[in-house]
Amino acid sequence: MSRIVIDEQRCKGCLLCVEACPKSIVVASTRFNAKGYKVAELPETDMDKCTGCASCAQMCPDVAITVWRTAKSKAKENE
Amino acid sequence: MQEQLVFKRPDVLADVPTHYCPGCQHGVVHRIVAECLEEFGVVEKTIAVSAIGCSVFLYNYILVDTVEAPHGRAPAVATGVKRARKDAFVFAYQGDGDLASIGLAEIMHAANRGERISVIFVNNTVYGMTGGQMAPTTMIGQKTTTCPGGRCLEREGGPMHMAEIIATLGGVAYCARTAVNTMKNMAQTKRAIRRAFATQINDEGFGFVEILATCPTNWKLSSVASNERIGKEMIPEFPLGVFKDAAKEDES
Amino acid sequence: MSAKRIFIKGNEAIAQGALDAGCRCYFGYPITPQNDIPEMLSSAMPAAGGEFVQAESEVASANMLLGAAACGVRAMTTSSSPGVSLMQEAISYMAGSELPGVIVNMNRGGPGLGDIGSSQGDYYQSVKGGGHGDYRTLVLAPASCQECYDLTFEAFDLAFKYRNPVLLLGDAIVGQMKEPVTPRPALPLDPEAGADWKLTGRGERAPRILKSLFLDDGALAGQNLHLQQKYRSMQAEVRYEAFETADAELIVVAFGSIGRIAKSTVRSLRAQGFKVGLFRPITLFPFPEAELRALAGQGKRFLTIEHNLGQMVDDVRLAVRGLTDSDFFGFLPGNMPTPEDFDAPIRAAVKGA
Repeated sequence: MSRIVIDEQRCKGCLLCVEACPKSIVVASTRFNAKGYKVAELPETDMDKCTGCASCAQMCPDVAITVWRTAKSKAKENE
Repeated sequence: MQEQLVFKRPDVLADVPTHYCPGCQHGVVHRIVAECLEEFGVVEKTIAVSAIGCSVFLYNYILVDTVEAPHGRAPAVATGVKRARKDAFVFAYQGDGDLASIGLAEIMHAANRGERISVIFVNNTVYGMTGGQMAPTTMIGQKTTTCPGGRCLEREGGPMHMAEIIATLGGVAYCARTAVNTMKNMAQTKRAIRRAFATQINDEGFGFVEILATCPTNWKLSSVASNERIGKEMIPEFPLGVFKDAAKEDES
Repeated sequence: MSAKRIFIKGNEAIAQGALDAGCRCYFGYPITPQNDIPEMLSSAMPAAGGEFVQAESEVASANMLLGAAACGVRAMTTSSSPGVSLMQEAISYMAGSELPGVIVNMNRGGPGLGDIGSSQGDYYQSVKGGGHGDYRTLVLAPASCQECYDLTFEAFDLAFKYRNPVLLLGDAIVGQMKEPVTPRPALPLDPEAGADWKLTGRGERAPRILKSLFLDDGALAGQNLHLQQKYRSMQAEVRYEAFETADAELIVVAFGSIGRIAKSTVRSLRAQGFKVGLFRPITLFPFPEAELRALAGQGKRFLTIEHNLGQMVDDVRLAVRGLTDSDFFGFLPGNMPTPEDFDAPIRAAVKGA
């Protein structure tokens, strides 16, 4: 399973990551961070859909997203 | 089935919040510049020149030796730096008001002399830090605080196309315009910055990359709508592409 | 010391002094009457292993100076009045960022395009800080070709000692005249200069930032306080020439070429029995205030002569305030002075007692 971690204290809620996600699993949350920005999130329930493409992270102006990729899906496909 | 870290903050990019507004793409450009510095292994010998405007605080984010230049003068300051320390890797980071208006003479002549420096030019069609006044790259019809009715071709002239202008100068080894609005364009931006840096490292000449970017605050648009404007309005006016590449010319 | 004397113009003496002091970056833009300097350095600087750039403007040349200075290299730019006006931006930034560099102004007539003849009309601009903000530059005023050489040579030491721009305020007269000059042994380059602040690429250490922007609460106030303390410490560099001042009743105060011409007048009046002397400030900032005040305390009177409409006279009056005053004779820029031109004004001032 690939996954991302969003540093919520860095997030400014611009939501460019939401637009960038090809799986549409990064979304606006209902939480505010200490600076008052409504942060983006990838709900745990959808994390298994993440491909680790890093589109969200590259698009993020605040470099607030870290991405790990697991070659799982590809390995499965090959089986 | 090993988990692999595929995207993280470059080490040379300070792990601090930036002062940039939400959705401002200076952060993206900073990150790509930082990645390129690391990939070329030049972090330790880099001297950056920061310019006036929002990006003056470059030195708070990219952790390299930096000197602050007066408004528009970054290419002249970078010339002095490079002439004094030929072994250093020198880049200047400028916005559109800085580079295309008050600093027009400095950028043109540094390029024409073929100074072995790299210039990152972030074009967001507006003076950002001073509050959204008309810039030399402001588009026809675009409303700013000093052209509230929209920029008028008859009255203020049209937006200046810096990449095309710079490409005409003899000392330029590489000149391109890119954007950071899509993954594809972002990849091109990284290739362009790498190539511009390489021209300096290989002693080929002057390297220039114009990057179209957002200013949601002064455009009075959401971050997402700002990003869309790049594709819809800016790229048709400022076409993306490589306008000069001395290496390719040599091949052909 | 068997240094051979060389017969050169004041402008060339400045170029030679810079080379011998280890200046290895020169940036300039053509303007009369100082073109001998870039012309000479366009070949001499590369021959010495240095960099010569003819900039696109004086704005650019001064900013190139800023860049080279940030790297701890001995660097210089030269110009004349209208060009130096364009350099004020970079000079203010250099002062604010504490960068050492040498700026030469071979003063010509003004205001505006003025003429290409000699003048001292840039005293205010040089001494009071021609750019924005509370800053000072050390200002050295040569009166001979030898002083052009020596003061340029020493300007680099001062610039690095104080991490501050140093101005050499010459004029068209001293720049264009030719005299024998004894050069000094060339200084070896000092790779350690500015080791604790210059930009080299961060290497293994923390990154360095050279800047003049201080936005945090109290930061700019702190920086200004620090700069003011530095400017006060520059008092240690005061230099002047005192000629026949000991028993003089009237002291002529004049600087640069005018100081030298006035010295001839004073000498001739002395021969005629007038008790006059000459006080020639060599550093215009720091101004030799205490020395003038001491002379005022002895009951002497003052006549300030300048090749302008009255600028340094303000500083003379400030120096002697509460004790006495200074008369003033301004020789008009646009005309070329001779010792005879100062004869009548000095006699009148003596009589005025």
